[in-house]
Parts: sequence; C-alpha cells; structure tokens
Amino acid sequence: MTQAARAAEMAARTSYGRLLAFLSARTHDIALAEDALSTAFARALTHWPAKGVPDNPDAWLLSVARNHLTDHQRRQTRFPTQSEIPDMPDTDADDSTFPDERLALLMVCAHPAIAADLHTPLMLQTVLGIDAKTIARLFMVSPAVLAKRLVRAKAKIRDAGIPFQIPDTDQLPFRSTAIAEAIYAVHAHDWLDPSDGMGEEALYLADLLAQLLPDDPEIKGLAALIALSHARAQARVQNRSLVPTPQQDVTLWDDRLIAYGNRQLTLAHSLGQWGRFQIEAAIEAVHMTRKDSGQTDWTALNKLYHALLQLAPTAGAMVAQAVVTARLHGAQAGLEALDRVEAQTGSGFQPLWAARADFALELADLKLENCCFDKAISLTTDLAVLRFLRQKRDNLPADP
Amino acid sequence: MRYTFLLYTDPADLAHMTPDDWAAEKEVYGAYIGALHEAGVFVDTDWLQPVQTATTLSVKGGSKQVQDGPFADTKETLGGYFVIDVPDLDAAMAWAEKCPAAKTGKVEIRASAMGGE
Repeated sequence: MTQAARAAEMAARTSYGRLLAFLSARTHDIALAEDALSTAFARALTHWPAKGVPDNPDAWLLSVARNHLTDHQRRQTRFPTQSEIPDMPDTDADDSTFPDERLALLMVCAHPAIAADLHTPLMLQTVLGIDAKTIARLFMVSPAVLAKRLVRAKAKIRDAGIPFQIPDTDQLPFRSTAIAEAIYAVHAHDWLDPSDGMGEEALYLADLLAQLLPDDPEIKGLAALIALSHARAQARVQNRSLVPTPQQDVTLWDDRLIAYGNRQLTLAHSLGQWGRFQIEAAIEAVHMTRKDSGQTDWTALNKLYHALLQLAPTAGAMVAQAVVTARLHGAQAGLEALDRVEAQTGSGFQPLWAARADFALELADLKLENCCFDKAISLTTDLAVLRFLRQKRDNLPADP
Repeated sequence: MRYTFLLYTDPADLAHMTPDDWAAEKEVYGAYIGALHEAGVFVDTDWLQPVQTATTLSVKGGSKQVQDGPFADTKETLGGYFVIDVPDLDAAMAWAEKCPAAKTGKVEIRASAMGGE
C-alpha cells in the first residue's frame, strides 16, 4: 500500500471511529449506530464520485446517518420520536465541530460487565470498523459464534444501560487497564504474523489511547512497547521461520517506529511512575540499541526482567530472565533457573523447553538437547516457531 | 500416543448460518487442520451432522432399543472430533488450546486405550 493510500485509509478509519462513538453515545445502541453509519458510507460511495466530495465529509456522513436513525426511531414506538442526534450543517468547513468520544466508546467496550474476551473484538469492530469475520479469522475462533456474541454484547450495552462516559478517577485506572489489556491482546496475537496487519491496528489503538489519556504513563508505555516490537516485524520471520531478536538483521528494523517508541517511553518515564508496560517497552528498547552499538546489554536486561518479575511474574518473563542469566553466568546457571521455573509452570510450557534446548546445545549435552528439542517441538502450535525449532534440531549431530 | 478431542459446542451458536458463514467457519477450522498437518500430528477429523439427526441404539439386555436422538440431552453437544498423534498430554493440551472449538465451547481430551499404533 502506498503512503497516500495508507493515509486515506487512516483518515477514513478515524472518521469511522469518531462518528460511531458520537452516534453510539447518543443512541446507546452500537448496532443501530453501525447500521446507520454503513448506510451513510454506502451512500457516500455512490454520491461523492458523481457530485464531488462535500466540504465537510464527516458532517455529510453524520447527517445521512442521523436521518437513518430518525427513520428507525419513527418506526419504533418505544423510542422517543425526537432524535437525540443534533444536526450538523454540512457546509461547515470546520470539521472539528463534533467531539471525539472514542474514549467513552473504548470504556464501554472494556466495561467489566462485558466478558473480558469480548473487549478486544468489540474495540476492533467499533473503533476500527473491522468486521466480525475478519476478527474471527485472526483469532482463530468460530466466526458464527463470535458474531452472535458481539450482537448479544451490544444488546446488553443498550438494554443494561452501560454508560457512555469516562468513569470517575477512582474507577478510571481499572478501566484504562482493561482497555490496555485488550490492545495488548491484539499486539500479542500479532507478533508472529506480521502479514495480518494487526500490529498496525494495535499501534493505532495504543497511539489513540495515549492521546486520549495523556497523563497515563502506562498507556504511553504500551504504545512504546507495541511500536518497538512492531519495528522488528519484518526481521522477525524470514522464510516463514522465526528469527530470535539477537539474530535479527537490524537493517530490517523500522527506524521511524523505533524513534516513536523511544519518544513515548521517554515521555512515560517523565511522568514518574513505573509499570509493567513501560518495563516491557524498556526491554525492547535495550534490544534495539544493538542497531547502533552492535551488541546487547545483558546486564541492563537482567535489571529490567528483575523489575518486571516483581510487578508481573508471568511464566514468559521467568523464562526470559533465565535466558538473560545464561548469557551473564553461563548455560548451566540458565538450566538451574529453568528448573525453578518448571516447578511453578509445570512441564507443558513451550518456551521453557525451547530455552532448555538452547542451553543444552551450548553445553554440548547431546542427550539433553535431543530430548528438549523434541519436547519443545511437541508443544509448538505456531508454525513459524515450529519451522525454526526443526531447522535447529536437524542441524544437530546425531545422538551418539 | 493418539489423543481424541471431542468438541462440544452449543448448536444454537451455529443456527441460521448462510453459505458465507459456513465458508468463514471452514476457513478457521481449515487453518487449524493445516497447522496440525504441518506439525505432523494430524490423524483424523470429522464434523458431525447436528444432534437432532442422532440415532442411539442399544441391545443391552437382549432386545434392540432404538432411540431417535442423542443418548443424553445437553446444551452443548458433540459436534465433531479430532484425532492427533503427539508424545504426551502436555502436547495434546497445547493443540487443544489452539482448537477453535475450545474458545467457544469445550474440548474433551481422551488418550487412546489402544496405544499409538
């Protein structure tokens, strides 16, 4: 896609999200607002090429959507006949005449009364306008079931009266965390499949949220984390096989995204409150300095993982720290660290076995190597990782 | 060792589907089957006709009894299965977690009692 086409798509997307937030906040009915808006966009496709793009396209779209809603409300006796949607003059050249209410919409999508696994699909659908089938394909869930659950969730938002507003300061941190988690889920899902474009979507949402909540350091940390990770998207998978960060071709890393990520991280840091996303972003930032310095600062990574484990002791972070330990103190120390991890995670955690196989390889312990590679491969369901591990195993000398 | 995944889903979720919906559904399961194939663990799968087409038969006690319907009425019904060949339950669980049915219903994992041959 060209830069211009991408810019046009982004502008259309921004319009879509803003219009949908505006209409939903007034009708409390997301499905109805989506209907109205898709009618408006469909009409634009037939009108604009013939009659030219109006001076204020958003106002034009809003006006058509509003008429659609008014018609609908006239047919529904249980709704007031007076529309709650204020009209907008479509000759108004100032296109900032209606407020950006996407933050309220995000708050609704991540409301605690909505099942947590629907937060992400709801955001992708309402704020970015991605259809349910595409979302289902990305997350490998049944499209029919997802579509039904989204319909039910929107009905609940309408009928249960979930408010379209920014919560009070005592509730705000919980809700913004829920939104951040949902955006993180898009990013975490994307990281091995750069072709699906979800990295871009995660970045768009994180950047949007960072603008809407400028005082939240963790949201900036999230934006930094996603940008820095996405900067390596092209280097991460080569010949359909995973390339671990320390082996990646740094010339394939995206400088623009690295600069953006570092900037967000600095801004976050200046707000003076550490958090999990900022630390994860800092870990990414340390890896990225290899582009200039030619080496990886394992001591810095060790400190950061230590801090991360205090805040968010996930199995993935524990394995990552064991890898850092091995770099600093040798593979034997790494193996011992992994044994402690296994005591907590059980034997079914794939990254544990992949790391163990690596350490065995360094120690030239052939027997251990073979058993660890086999176990790691048996637990791998991601094809890029599978190909990487198989290539590595197949290059091993035969078991004596 | 061979493991069978019994996929239990709510048939109401799949009611009123258009051919387009079915195509999208098959695409998602197709991706999963493709991954099982590439990993070299795929043995067999089938997608079953809805539960209302089930016939249950028994000759326990000597006389043939035929029942029009499933042997048990439940909200979530057996809709299909996968058979995979992996080393152990850890690996079977890793693949079950990725199965589309696990995200909207339940996947029962049962090891073969006949060994892996």
